Amino acid sequence: MKAPLSWIKEYVSLPEDLGVEEITDRLTALGLKLEAIETSGAGIDGPLVVGQVLTAEKEPQKNGKTINWCSVDVGDANGTGEPQGIVCGAHNFVPGDKVVVILPGGVLPGNFQISARKTYGHMSAGMICSARELGLGEEADGIIVLPPDAPAPGTDAREVLGLGEEVIEFEINPDRAYALSMRGIARDAALGFDVPFHDPAQRDVPLANADGYPVRIEDESGCDYFVARTVTGFDPTAPTPEFIKKRLEQVGVRSISLGVDITNYVMFELGHPIHAYDRAKLTGPIVVRRAHEGEKLTTLDDTVRELDPEDLVVCDDTGPIGLGGVMGGASTEISETTTDVLVEVAHWDPRSMFRTGRRHKLTSEAGKRNERGVDPLLPPIAADRVVELLVEYGGGVAEPGVTEVGPGASPETRKPLTTITIPTSLPARIIGIDLGDDTVVKCLELIGAQVEVEGDTLTATVPTYRTDLNDPYDLVEEVARIVGYDQVPSVLPRRATGRGLTRAQQLRRRIGRTLAGAGLVEVVDFPFVGEADFDRLGLPADDVLRHTVKLANPLSSEEPGYTTTLLPGLLKVAARNVSRGQDGVALFETATVAFPVDQAAPIYGVDRRPTEEELEKLLAAIPRQPLHLAVVLAGERTRGGWWGSAETASWADAIDVVRRLGTELGVAVEVASASRAPWHPGRCAVVSVDGVEFGHAGELHPNVCKAFGLPARSAAVEIDLDFLISKVPATAAGPVFSTMPVAKEDVALIVSSDVTVAAVEAALREGAGPLLETVRLFDVYEGDQVGEGNKSLAFALRFRAPDRTLTAEETAAARDAAVARAAELTGAVQR
Amino acid sequence: MSGPNTDYDPVEVTPLKAEEVEAARDAALTAIAAANSLEELKQTRLDHAGDRSPLALANREIGALPPAARKEAGQRVGKARGAVNQALAARQKVLEAEHEARMLVEETVDVTLPTDRVPAGGRHPLTTGAEYIADIFVAMGWEVAEGPLIEAEWLNFDALNLGPDHPARTMQDTFWTEPAENHVVLRTHTSPVQARTMLTREAPIYVVCPGRVFRTDEYDATHSPMFHQVEGLAIDEGISMANLKGTLDHFATQMFGEGIVTRFRPSYFPFTEPSAEVDLTCFVCRGAQVVDAGDGQLVTCRTCKGEGWIEWGGCGIVNPRVLIACGVDPERYSGFAFGMGIDRTLMFRTGLSDLRTLFEGDVRLTTAFGSEL
Ligand SMILES: [Zn+2]
Repeated sequence: MKAPLSWIKEYVSLPEDLGVEEITDRLTALGLKLEAIETSGAGIDGPLVVGQVLTAEKEPQKNGKTINWCSVDVGDANGTGEPQGIVCGAHNFVPGDKVVVILPGGVLPGNFQISARKTYGHMSAGMICSARELGLGEEADGIIVLPPDAPAPGTDAREVLGLGEEVIEFEINPDRAYALSMRGIARDAALGFDVPFHDPAQRDVPLANADGYPVRIEDESGCDYFVARTVTGFDPTAPTPEFIKKRLEQVGVRSISLGVDITNYVMFELGHPIHAYDRAKLTGPIVVRRAHEGEKLTTLDDTVRELDPEDLVVCDDTGPIGLGGVMGGASTEISETTTDVLVEVAHWDPRSMFRTGRRHKLTSEAGKRNERGVDPLLPPIAADRVVELLVEYGGGVAEPGVTEVGPGASPETRKPLTTITIPTSLPARIIGIDLGDDTVVKCLELIGAQVEVEGDTLTATVPTYRTDLNDPYDLVEEVARIVGYDQVPSVLPRRATGRGLTRAQQLRRRIGRTLAGAGLVEVVDFPFVGEADFDRLGLPADDVLRHTVKLANPLSSEEPGYTTTLLPGLLKVAARNVSRGQDGVALFETATVAFPVDQAAPIYGVDRRPTEEELEKLLAAIPRQPLHLAVVLAGERTRGGWWGSAETASWADAIDVVRRLGTELGVAVEVASASRAPWHPGRCAVVSVDGVEFGHAGELHPNVCKAFGLPARSAAVEIDLDFLISKVPATAAGPVFSTMPVAKEDVALIVSSDVTVAAVEAALREGAGPLLETVRLFDVYEGDQVGEGNKSLAFALRFRAPDRTLTAEETAAARDAAVARAAELTGAVQR
Repeated sequence: MSGPNTDYDPVEVTPLKAEEVEAARDAALTAIAAANSLEELKQTRLDHAGDRSPLALANREIGALPPAARKEAGQRVGKARGAVNQALAARQKVLEAEHEARMLVEETVDVTLPTDRVPAGGRHPLTTGAEYIADIFVAMGWEVAEGPLIEAEWLNFDALNLGPDHPARTMQDTFWTEPAENHVVLRTHTSPVQARTMLTREAPIYVVCPGRVFRTDEYDATHSPMFHQVEGLAIDEGISMANLKGTLDHFATQMFGEGIVTRFRPSYFPFTEPSAEVDLTCFVCRGAQVVDAGDGQLVTCRTCKGEGWIEWGGCGIVNPRVLIACGVDPERYSGFAFGMGIDRTLMFRTGLSDLRTLFEGDVRLTTAFGSEL
């Protein structure tokens, strides 16, 4: 919201010596936040004067252009008093016109230095300026022609042009609709500096009568007040007065025609949107109602709109002629031939305005105000002000007929004023500051409320222009902002007796540190996914992972889903790192994924807490979102160097990540072979705890590496971290270990190639009995010595008794028992 | 070798003559002193203390002496051998020490050789940043609350006084899930966690909720469709704006250092009333509005554009309408809530200039921060 300071000052007696920054500081502190201060004419320096064109000779040029060789009276401003010779390319002036001249030595915005120079065969000593050249607007149809009563040639033109005027841009919060007008801003400035406010809405208006244009409201819930006034004999060619033009430009609205400009001007002045119709184009009485199914309307912006039965429309006998409160229709628009203007000022239901604006994707200055709430008493006042200006500048006659319909028109049927009762101590209590009751009352009176104190409570009757004030705490905010937010002391709350991080929160941190300690780098990625990602993973068409939560408005139509797996994103990130020159990447990401539940979440009221059953139903409709961990290892796992060559990441490194987490967390993770996309079918492990599978790890399928642009043999992991965390014992059991001497035995077993190490190891454990402390595979051999289809597994067994040194016989017996069990269960033969 | 029963005159047994014994001893001591390596000393030991050394041979002759002479000869030879052995041990010690010292010199390596065989890992600064913030509050006795990223519309909006036709809903450009009738959204703020907390816990409540949120924003240096917020919620008897200010001042100081405080400006959020924008003392110029350009000249601070303050987040007193919808008695309890961007806070604290750096997964970002912030 832009507001020229001079316009605000019309309604508030601010002290003369108050600087613009003091004003904006105070208003910012009151909640009207300063965005920017623009000063018109910034960048202009040197002699900028009023000139009067004495002669203008048209000289056609070889390039097809015609220039004016002018002699311009600039008074004594050039030091000689002689007319100044200036070449001018514009043609919107005649000799005798007063213009704006910048003389040699002057500077225009953009550091454009003016000097006398030879051009088109003349010595041009200065320039006749257009508004654009002065940085005053985009319009440059020609030079600025000043009104005939402009000051004498040679006078400094700055004042005439209103240069140096400050335009303040405010950021107005959605609740402070009143501040979308000079009236509202001036009112806050007045209360901020405790100076008198002159309400521009304070005016006597003619009483309603039966002679006005006929208007009928069929839907009073949508429009409770409709005022119509008419001006006849209006001159559609009359120019918009300079001050209106200038102010509209300052607030950022393009000047269109006198009629339209006046409605906009009054909207910015008072805050109420206004619509003007060409009365000659109206057929029959005006009717306000909701649109019918299938009705269409061509709005002012020449767009044909399909109306919704919820839309409020203004109609005549031909059907809808305007989208009430949001945008007028094209058929009854005022134009360059309009002589009879019908002025509409109506009070609309904000919610309908909001919905209609959103439905038709229409944002307008009018809609913005109507949907946030305007002063319901303004319609006759705004209408009268428009009529006054139309008559004054358009030369028309105000018809005596005044239409006022709707419950808002009469004090008897009007919605009563809002009253809010609060304990007088509430503001002090909520702000946390000492405040006398009288201060509270004064603050509320400053915003225009009528305050009655009764015992410990006060009742504030809220002024009609403060449609945002409804609740007790709304009054607290008013008191707080007037007293000043800077007065709020800094006091820590007295008590907070939390129990620290939850177990799961602690474990998540621990998992992150464990992974980082293992050389993995955490990344953060977006969760959006598309079919192409699943294709690249090689997932079958019916894979459950392809069933995603779909977004109605995805960022990219290529990625319309919320992901079910972290791998596509992480593999892309890995490839990005590789393409940026990393020889090896080891990444991890922890994030939630989502699985749809295909249930609707109810929308409840907010006047009470939902019941437990309602809450349960609500929570059940939210997609299941387990926390996943994904890891990708691509390229070098360790670097090469003087110590030896680099090691490439492999399926084993991937599985080890899960095993390592299991060890860290005290969870026994089982590993078994599996076949699952996107992994290599022969190099994929499924991991489980207590028989429940919670993820996969291993080497990626060669096609997947290719599809994502990753080095061959890249490996990956994805597990359900919530599950793993749920399996972590509450406390780790203290270990019991013997300090007796250890006895070591190595055994080499030949087994069939398809027997897993895990199976042999389990058999050895079982057979060895309680004396076995650890068993560890230390070599695998396949080759001639063990025969085709076989492999040799070498295990190191360590035995120890809790209470004694083991004898060689005991150790040998345990070893033999272990080998015997392995032979029995896996067909192992000792080498 | 002579038999023990043969009579001898001691003076006739040459090796046991005093001068012979002394000469052998002196020769041994000289040789020991001259041994310059452990190998030489080993040879010297063989020559002068070994089985065939003169003193060993002399010793063997003692038995052949008449008993009266044995004692004296024995003492003489024993003394000499003792001196030699002592010298050998001492020399051995010296030479071993020298050897060790030489070995250590020879084993010297170039310690500037690279040692980074295993590349370092790291945790993302958004993770550690959220933990850092959470810990500030946990230290004050607050707890950390969490909730899902895909959330019920009612919890994300309605329960927070953002009804279906609330103009403020358009302030937050929402990702909606299909079908729209399911009323499920990607949460646009972490505030639904506050609602969940109030719905499931009894007051007093002091929780901080760091987390990921989504809005359909353009993706550029300062905007992202996915970003991170931290919100705080305190519900207790007698909670005031002063408590809110105290809490945020403490947070600011812990996060950015002594002297960094907050400033409130009136604002509007549907879930709080009164509402405030929170500004933070500019941590670059520390509120001075100007900084030293490096040459002693003071120039306008670019971080705060000469304001001395930077925008940090929003806050306010929890709107009683929200308390009612979430089952908290507004007559008994009041509360405050605040929220700020973690990404933004992190950028302030670390000097990162492009938000996108946080989300593109370059390992160089993460490893720059290690595993704690
Ligand atoms: Zn600064």
